[in-house]
Amino acid sequence: MIRKLIDLIAGNAVPAIFIIISAFAIPLSGFSASYLVQELLTRIGRNSFLILSLLIPIMAGMGLNFGMVLGAMAGQIGLLFIYDWGVVGIPGMVLACLIGTPIAIVLGVFCGAVLNRAKGREMVTSYILGFFINGVYQLVVLYLMGWVIPITNPTLLLSRGYGVRNAVSLVGIRGVLDNLIPAVISGTTQTGQFLSTQGSGAFLMFQLPFFDGTIRIPLATLLLIALFCIFIVWFRKTKLGQDMRAIGQSQSVSDSSGIPVNRTRIIAIVISTVLACYGQIIYLQNMGTLNTYNSHEQAGMFSIAALLIGGASVSRASIANVFVGVILFHLMFIVAPMAGKNLIGEAQIGEYFRVFVSYGIIAIALVLHAWKRNREREASRRSLRGNRGGR
Amino acid sequence: MSDSNSMPLLELQHIGKEFYGNRVLTDISFDVMPGEIIGLVGENGAGKSTLLNILFGMPVISSTGGYEGDIHISGKPVHFTSPNQALAQGIGMVHQEFSLIPGFTATENILLNREVLNGSLMSYVFSDRVSTLDRDAMLRRASDALNTLGVNISPSMTVNEMPVGYKQFIEIAREIDRKNTRLLFLDEPTAVLTEQEAEILLIALKKLAKQGIAIVFISHRLSEVKTLCSRIIVLRDGRLITDSPAEELTTRQIASLMVGRESERRIEEAELPNEAIEANETTATVTLAKPLKKKKKPKPALKVEHLWVDMPGETVRDVSFEVKKGEIFGIGGLAGHGKLGIPNGIMGLYPSGGKVRLFGKRLALNKPRAALGRKMAFVSEDRRGVGLLLDEPLDWNITFTAMQTQGRFLLGIPFIFQVRNEYAMRKETEKYIEALSIKCTGPSQKAGELSGGNQQKLCLAKAFVLRPNILLICEPTRGIDIGAKTLVLDTLKKYNKDNGTTIIITSSELEELRSVCDRVAIVDKGEIAGVLPASSPAEEFGMLMMGEKPRIELSKSE
Repeated sequence: MIRKLIDLIAGNAVPAIFIIISAFAIPLSGFSASYLVQELLTRIGRNSFLILSLLIPIMAGMGLNFGMVLGAMAGQIGLLFIYDWGVVGIPGMVLACLIGTPIAIVLGVFCGAVLNRAKGREMVTSYILGFFINGVYQLVVLYLMGWVIPITNPTLLLSRGYGVRNAVSLVGIRGVLDNLIPAVISGTTQTGQFLSTQGSGAFLMFQLPFFDGTIRIPLATLLLIALFCIFIVWFRKTKLGQDMRAIGQSQSVSDSSGIPVNRTRIIAIVISTVLACYGQIIYLQNMGTLNTYNSHEQAGMFSIAALLIGGASVSRASIANVFVGVILFHLMFIVAPMAGKNLIGEAQIGEYFRVFVSYGIIAIALVLHAWKRNREREASRRSLRGNRGGR
Repeated sequence: MSDSNSMPLLELQHIGKEFYGNRVLTDISFDVMPGEIIGLVGENGAGKSTLLNILFGMPVISSTGGYEGDIHISGKPVHFTSPNQALAQGIGMVHQEFSLIPGFTATENILLNREVLNGSLMSYVFSDRVSTLDRDAMLRRASDALNTLGVNISPSMTVNEMPVGYKQFIEIAREIDRKNTRLLFLDEPTAVLTEQEAEILLIALKKLAKQGIAIVFISHRLSEVKTLCSRIIVLRDGRLITDSPAEELTTRQIASLMVGRESERRIEEAELPNEAIEANETTATVTLAKPLKKKKKPKPALKVEHLWVDMPGETVRDVSFEVKKGEIFGIGGLAGHGKLGIPNGIMGLYPSGGKVRLFGKRLALNKPRAALGRKMAFVSEDRRGVGLLLDEPLDWNITFTAMQTQGRFLLGIPFIFQVRNEYAMRKETEKYIEALSIKCTGPSQKAGELSGGNQQKLCLAKAFVLRPNILLICEPTRGIDIGAKTLVLDTLKKYNKDNGTTIIITSSELEELRSVCDRVAIVDKGEIAGVLPASSPAEEFGMLMMGEKPRIELSKSE
């Protein structure tokens, strides 16, 4: 009974803490509801895809795929090329995905093969692998682009003639997906006002009574995310998904029943890497600026933190965890700086807090995971004894 | 299947196997006919597992140089290099350890990697693996398999919520579901079952055999082997000792065939059965009340009551026994039944509970330091892992525990400043090198460089240095050559005689225990099956090991 209670608390401690903190921070920040909803919708659209890409390796028992930054890098390379070639809009995004996919597959196969040699230590291995591939990425982007790889657009390059600039403005694809199907929620009173400022154009309008302000919905992005969720639900029902679940629970049993363990693990990582590549492209089309040398680094850490805050663990994660996580984590992002400023007149405290929190959460999740595993091992040892002897 | 009944399903011809020059199987030949149930029995280390590994093409065989002899299935020679090839030929295996996925339901486990799939367009584009599972059809097939077995298990129950006995049925159901299964190997399937469950299983197996599936039943429960099987094959030391119809053998004969030559001789002398049975019935009183030949000290050196130990693979469930002062007490039994768990639990190396009294005073469990502080010394079965600091010199190894727990071999003021007394360490080490004739270049040689036998002597020396009141030794002769074996055993005997130290030896080798100890306890399924004087006939011990005797509850008879 007590053990069950501890399990329940341990399982949901992280989201609970975040809900409590947010409950205090939201009133302190003084933001209006419509502002918060707008910000959250934007960030759900921006980040969910990246976070969803983590689910499949967890299902296959490979833990949190820190190697998703490999996919992010592949996506960024795709974006650099479409910038250079001047392809804009949705075709630009599709082209970036097409360029990124083969790179992501190659990186995924490589990553999977490495992880198969480091079974049981997948997380730390993929983390360090991220640094290693980051080095290769920098070599390509900083030295080879414009020198070996032809880059025609001089605005992309550093003044020395090769190597890509630190900040690349993705103005050509900024928001193209988010605004593909324009949609707004607005209060009944503001409708006319809104339309007059926006001018003409087809809008999906949702009117809500008693609602203040207007909210733009990145509908196309959300639809894409919904599609992705359906994909994951379907994937779990397939033979491949079943095999991954089996491998996630016991590699030796799966192996002895003829499931190709190593191959399946590589597939899991490849899927994750490719999806992370698309996720990063979606993320950057929303941001509108590519930080050539930093964007991908944050992608992994923040996605993993968000997933864990959503109540996922290293061995168990659901779609619900993704959305709870992205909402709680980004709610914190939005309100913490303002709350910090209002509380002690220092916006920095919020910024500090969110970085501190994301690393802290990952550390706590890993410790909790190890603790839980130990307890499970102890319980399974105890169960061997049956009900004989002391309890 | 078109096989005629006269054609053997499986033929083994002169199978032999050597591991690194160590012969484990010699010239094994036998046939299995369709629908036949064969009992394969033998002690641990008799070569059963190796035989199975060869049959199933386990990688461990090919990576160690393959095997000798030929295997024929339905008359065709085969040479498997992976378990999947054996499965494809219709040979199934039910493992001793469960190979089930804990979080999966019975259905998912029974149909693991043989799931029923919905056809879909995607499967043409990619592979079958992207088809979704047909859960309803899977449920039906799983229920069918479970019904064939005659057990009432819900197919949608998850495995980790099941009692142990159920898991065994799930394993078997999995093999039954495989439509082409013709030959089924069961490795100790009843070891974890209750009596009723075992009965259901035996009935189910007979039913399967009637359908033409041949079964090779490996078990230590001889009465089951006797009732179930039509033929019994006994292996000992890698040789086939007997292959005869079950009705021609009594369980007692099987037990004696399994444990060894010496007991055969005793059988021939034919003086034992009556006396042995009597001894068995009165074991508890005999062993506790009957004073031992040499030493007569009333107070027990070690009294263990209801000890349980969670040592993985050697779980101790409920063990009670007494060891008299100055005696050499043996603990025997089959591997995996918990004999190693007892000393490891007493020394606090694995989580344990119950009461242990040392010379009348309660010993704190789960604290190795407390056990060492009470002058108990322990020689672990894991010589290289727990026993020795392989990268350190001999003198460090020998004096290390004494230094840490008794503060010896140190110079200076305790708690303030102390340094090692290198001179005393060397002196002590040289003494033991000579006394135990440890072959080495000197006290500063690294422990890892010694041979197995000399490492074992080193472990003994390390224990002797502690000047123990009680010495617990696990598997003293495991992995060392015969010469070193005798020396180790003689050393123990001599130490016991000279110092009156109580010694508890845990060993898989029954003969060794019987030659050294005064009394031997046999552990079966985590409990003491009985304690016999070492002079009891070998098959008495054999019967206890196989779980063929009613349990003697020492605690109750006290």
